[in-house]
Amino acid sequence: MGTGQYKVKVGLATCGVAAGGQKTYEKLRQLLSGLGIDPEKTGCMGMCYCEPLVEVITPEGKSYVYGSVDEKEAEKIVREHIQGHRPVKELLVLSPEEETEHSPYMEKQHRVLLGFLGKVNPESIDSYLSAGGYEAVKKAVGTMTPEEVIAEIEIAGLRGRGGAGFPTHLKWKFTREAPGEQKYLVCNADEGDPGAFMDRSILESNPHGVVEGMIIAGYAIGATQGYVYCRAEYPLAIKNLRKAIAEAREHGYLGEKICGSGFNFNIQIREGAGAFVCGEETALLMSMEGKRGMPRFRPPYPAQKGLFGLPTCINNVETLANVPCIISRGGKSYSSLGTENSKGTKVFALAGKIKRGGLVEIPMGMTINEIVFDIGGGISTGKKFKAVQTGGPSGGCIPAELGDTPVDYDSLQAIGAIMGSGGMLIMDEETCMVDVARFFLSFTCDESCGKCTFCRAGTKKMLEILDKITEGRGEESDIDLLVELGEQIKAGSLCGLGQTAPNPVLTTIKYFRDEYLAHVRDKRCPAKICKALIRYVILPDACVGCGVCRRNCPVNAISGAPKEPHVIDQEICIRCGLCQAGCRFDAIVVETGLPEADTDKKR
Amino acid sequence: MIKVKNNSPATGDNIKIIDEIVRRHNIHRGAAIPILQEIQTTFGFVPPEAITRISDLTGIAESELYSIATFYAQFRLEPVGKNIICVCHGTACHLAGAEKVTEALQHATGARPGGTSPDGLFTLEKVACLGCCSLAPVMTVNGETVAKVTPEKARAVVKSLREAAQKNKTAKGGRP
Ligand SMILES: Cc1cc2nc3c(=O)[nH]c(=O)nc-3n(C[C@H](O)[C@H](O)[C@H](O)COP(=O)(O)O)c2cc1C
Repeated sequence: MGTGQYKVKVGLATCGVAAGGQKTYEKLRQLLSGLGIDPEKTGCMGMCYCEPLVEVITPEGKSYVYGSVDEKEAEKIVREHIQGHRPVKELLVLSPEEETEHSPYMEKQHRVLLGFLGKVNPESIDSYLSAGGYEAVKKAVGTMTPEEVIAEIEIAGLRGRGGAGFPTHLKWKFTREAPGEQKYLVCNADEGDPGAFMDRSILESNPHGVVEGMIIAGYAIGATQGYVYCRAEYPLAIKNLRKAIAEAREHGYLGEKICGSGFNFNIQIREGAGAFVCGEETALLMSMEGKRGMPRFRPPYPAQKGLFGLPTCINNVETLANVPCIISRGGKSYSSLGTENSKGTKVFALAGKIKRGGLVEIPMGMTINEIVFDIGGGISTGKKFKAVQTGGPSGGCIPAELGDTPVDYDSLQAIGAIMGSGGMLIMDEETCMVDVARFFLSFTCDESCGKCTFCRAGTKKMLEILDKITEGRGEESDIDLLVELGEQIKAGSLCGLGQTAPNPVLTTIKYFRDEYLAHVRDKRCPAKICKALIRYVILPDACVGCGVCRRNCPVNAISGAPKEPHVIDQEICIRCGLCQAGCRFDAIVVETGLPEADTDKKR
Repeated sequence: MIKVKNNSPATGDNIKIIDEIVRRHNIHRGAAIPILQEIQTTFGFVPPEAITRISDLTGIAESELYSIATFYAQFRLEPVGKNIICVCHGTACHLAGAEKVTEALQHATGARPGGTSPDGLFTLEKVACLGCCSLAPVMTVNGETVAKVTPEKARAVVKSLREAAQKNKTAKGGRP
């Protein structure tokens, strides 16, 4: 058995590269060149928490996945596994032989869409073709009428994954039926929700899947031209997509007379320029027309009057990436997954204080607890699970008590949150909910385009009130004021940005009112996050007077003689925490609340 | 990246480059944004003289070009420092302490977020989510992503960049 038959893949999506995957790849290339093996680049394998990831496929086709592989580990894997034929147990995260502590992460998922990610080489159409790629285009364009394609999507029950959950087949039907010779398809890859990276991973790791979905969508609606509107902050996604489009054209899947039919279709990329509101469909169209990205009133809907006034269908990346899977396997098979009103699977970007964070795909209807504990392995800090935030700045905070809620469009809506595009942020006891609400609001306030007064001035006012509360100047009546203002902003805004901006504040008030009260009544931040309400204090008994904190302090707030306990001057301290981070004796603690109360307790 | 002095009259070479960029994009409708994007990649920022020239060539009013350039976060109207540090302030990074990282960088570089340090060495930016949430907090230093940053790590990066710049300077100054 020659070692030449081993295959080695390295995950080189943005997460992998950020974790040092490129170095691992170079090292492997160097080590393996002597053995006649060329390591292959692949995309995101989904286990972002243990990047860089390396997969070794044996000559018999068994797959071993190694995690946190730096150069040293790479050497060991080559020496022991590829040359010695013995898997390196301690580095394995997934093994065909036995369960690892990481196995549940994958086993509990249902990877339809993500099945391609981390398997195919995103830079090679041949790799996608050998995984069954472009069969769906051949089937749809070659053997089905556009109406039949739309009917299949209806059977699948696919709803938009960009946030609003609008039935995809209806959108396609409306655009198809709109009068006009020229029509456009736009893939919305603006993914601006902080905490969401599903679309980026899909584009980086399986760009052909999106291109294939776009071709089928373009065929169904009768489009002549497709565009991908992609965030400029995603350079690797743009690069891989550009290559995929060029290769698809060379292979005749784009261009004139696709698959021997009369259907002509091309795709162009437009880069966003850094405005969250441009993810909103009418603002996106404005931006593509070269203007300030400000939403406009609907109707007319883009399906009637879209880009340059022509009928336009706008779909999210994940929505489009689902299309080839549906056409290949049939709508029925797709709709067998999920719940009554939410069919299929949904990809989530699991992040925050979670042990195993990454890209996960679940059948709709799985509960929050299953995602957090079974897939995610629970809280990374060892503290208590406090809340999960879905839907980013448009969404809500769900308290841990509601962990049994199934994740589908309707159930999340019912508790004041939304499915959103797929960000799922896990929070523990050390997260201050007022601070989280303030964080999201400062984001939306910044990103409000300014068109509607309620959104522009209202979010600013809410932010000021939240600032007041986190700075310890809040009053109880401020909480009611926030609720009132929030309701008015929702009612008085034109687009989804303003209509949803108050959600993070409203849901945190609804479920975590106590925490708001602690801030306004007791001037206390229970999670010890809000700067104005905390103090860094040196414990005289634990301090050895080493002076590290004194030297680390950027504002010279710490004094003390060598080998004597040091003290922090609270007047000068800016609460940056550098002292605590550098203390090797755990001698620096954070206190909150009025100092008198604390001293009383100690006595 | 081409060096142009802010507010300096456009030199012949720069004008040629701008003309070429406009020519390449102006075939599409709504090309103002791609033109400004390429101007920025080329010059590092959008110089005022470029706006005048684009307006002359495309017929789009200067005021409209400014309204676009100020609407989108990507565009800079001032030159940047030698090193660009962007700290991600997405949700995951916020929870993981991005604020502290930015603060440490602010102290270490002397640049305020969105600004450049007086010595011209550093531009510090707070950016929206970079999508590396599982490695939070993250920052990019001259385009390279640094994962799991701590305030200490951030300060060390600044220190080494500063030393590199110093070395460069003395090496240059040492030559007759
Ligand atoms: C402020 C705002 C931001 C949005 N950002 C995105 C986005 O980044 N990506 C996306 O696909 N949809 C986004 N949407 C939703 C789009 O307006 C639109 O509903 C979606 O692209 C339609 O695609 P779908 O039907 O496939 O979900 C956003 C909406 C609003 C109001």
